[in-house]
Amino acid sequence: MENGSSGAANQLDQFRQGSVAAFETLFRLHQRAVYGWILRIVRNPAAAEDLTIETFYRIYRAHARFQPARGFEAWARSIATHAALDWLRAAHPESETLPEPALELAAAATADPAVSAEIRVKTAQAFNRLPPKLRIAATLAVVEEQPQKEVAAALGISVTAVKLRVFRALRLLRKDLASQGITP
Amino acid sequence: MNAHDQDRMKKLLQQALPPVELGPEPGSGPSHDLWPAVLHRLDGRPAPVPWFDWALLAGLAALTAFFPAAIPVFLYYL
Repeated sequence: MENGSSGAANQLDQFRQGSVAAFETLFRLHQRAVYGWILRIVRNPAAAEDLTIETFYRIYRAHARFQPARGFEAWARSIATHAALDWLRAAHPESETLPEPALELAAAATADPAVSAEIRVKTAQAFNRLPPKLRIAATLAVVEEQPQKEVAAALGISVTAVKLRVFRALRLLRKDLASQGITP
Repeated sequence: MNAHDQDRMKKLLQQALPPVELGPEPGSGPSHDLWPAVLHRLDGRPAPVPWFDWALLAGLAALTAFFPAAIPVFLYYL
């Protein structure tokens, strides 16, 4: 066990010094988790793959700034979150509809008979119109039910700020739906 | 918006956007190996030139344009 942990520490140290071999090992270990985290945010498998590549590109470029005490996974998640945020800002900022894969994911929901399909689609569309900073916090904390502490660390903000962003996202969403005559 | 409204909005949002399920099976990750693309990205994108290098180059170009007589002096010091 000690050998394993010292081996991992050695790997991180080599990565910090710019070793591509150590970087590949870390990539193989963490790519699935990073991809999953990004997919939860962007809800688009093709974009999640591109952003995973972009994330690891950014990770390698920042290898000298890596602090082993913080842990690779949390650091990678933070970089992935910012890459996804950039994508959300650039992709369809004024779009009235969600990208198709997101709609497919929405359609796969276990339908609650109390909520019509139309309301679900309108809610998803209204959510897509929210500012990306609010959307990302609400996606991770409410939709994906990730611990607020992890969401805060990934976004580089406090837990209180996460709660505030979620509150503002829900309030704006409610206002948008109310303007369409939908009262949740 | 009170706590009850917040809960209702959360439930509606979870209905509209269900959580992404990533199972343990191999097919639930990326559709292909992303490592070659990461390597390609690392090889293909040159390091960005710092802004002050561009500023220095622009200053030098302006100086030689306005004071052509300074060119031999620069060449001497190269």
